[in-house]
Amino acid sequence: GVLERSREQLLRQTCEAVLLGVLHPRTAISLVLQVLSDAGSLLSCCLNAACMALLDAGLPLAALFCGVTCALQPDGTILLDPTARQEQEARAILTFAIASRERKVLMATTKGSCSVEEMQQCLAAAQSAASTIFQFYRDSVHRRYSKC
Amino acid sequence: LSICFRTVEPLEYYRRFLKENCRPDGRELGEFRTTTVNIGKCLCSITTADGSALVKLGNTTVICGVKAELAAPAVDSANKGYIVPNVELPSLCAERFRSGPPGEEAQAASQFIADVIENSQMIVKEDLCIANGKLAWVLYCDIICLDYDGNLLDASVFALLAALKNVQLPLVTINEETGLSEVNLKQKNPLIIRKHPVATSFAIFDDTLLIVDPTAEEEDLATGTVTIVTDEEGRLCSVHKPGGSPLTGAKLQDCITRAITRHKEVKKLIDKVIKSITPK
Repeated sequence: GVLERSREQLLRQTCEAVLLGVLHPRTAISLVLQVLSDAGSLLSCCLNAACMALLDAGLPLAALFCGVTCALQPDGTILLDPTARQEQEARAILTFAIASRERKVLMATTKGSCSVEEMQQCLAAAQSAASTIFQFYRDSVHRRYSKC
Repeated sequence: LSICFRTVEPLEYYRRFLKENCRPDGRELGEFRTTTVNIGKCLCSITTADGSALVKLGNTTVICGVKAELAAPAVDSANKGYIVPNVELPSLCAERFRSGPPGEEAQAASQFIADVIENSQMIVKEDLCIANGKLAWVLYCDIICLDYDGNLLDASVFALLAALKNVQLPLVTINEETGLSEVNLKQKNPLIIRKHPVATSFAIFDDTLLIVDPTAEEEDLATGTVTIVTDEEGRLCSVHKPGGSPLTGAKLQDCITRAITRHKEVKKLIDKVIKSITPK
């Protein structure tokens, strides 16, 4: 449906921004994501899966990216990586794709409305949380290659 | 000679203008194209729709028609009506669109408009309910692009807002004895629009420069796009950055500031047009 099409556009353009496609002319790189279970923060999970798959494929990337979802609760507190229940109760959900270089914003999408200050706070929280995810990438790749 | 250069090296051609802080059509980097809007049955030619509006942003022309129909509400939300937006990019608006099932751009735009309506709460679905669990309004909002010259999302959101402001819903009562609905076409009430969201789109060039209201040519040369939707209280209804060049938080903040200024200009324009068509 239209929701899947919209998510595909977000993922495709995020991947295209980091992939050095110039090094692979006349090539189609196809990324297939199958949702096994959805317990909240689905889009950022897809982003992380996409980045790790591109890493595993050995494709040349200009930067790594990770997905972070922030939920703004009715009382104003910011919750990172919300569950499905927390997402339903939140008054706004913001998903960012943060690049590994200088923690710049590659992709942003919001659900619900928030003030400008709240968005900046969520962005700052997402940028600091990105470091944890990039460390996870490092550990996973290290684990994979230390076995062989 | 400049036409040959423009065809052969479009990006270099553009960079020369951007260095002087302007664009080939004479606009500055933060300047919008001339915006015109026609609302209602007299000016905008859809006589069969309950509300309609035609918006022109430079050459980009978008028409929105709103049809109201009756339906039974869903079981889990018995007091809510429905709003169904649909964006169409027919093959007549640009060469790149072929006839057939809607392409990715049209579907993504439809989802974007649905999100804007939901996020901004411009129409509260409870307002569309007539009888709890029995009858509710369905608003079919069809947004059709007649001429695509970039910045589809801004024009679509504007056309939708203008068309919804123009919608007059007839009074519907349910007859107690027969249980059937009676539509009174003589008594019409306007829709309650709670918020007025306005979209502002930017194109990112060479990872650093941000230009407002890109044309189709600029969109093709750009390395990314950002669309910010704000409402009249300065709240963010949507930050839509589908991939593209990475931006710092500060650059995003600049976009938001420009979007808030744009909101005021658009709101003034809509109010002026509505006032001019309302019979005294």
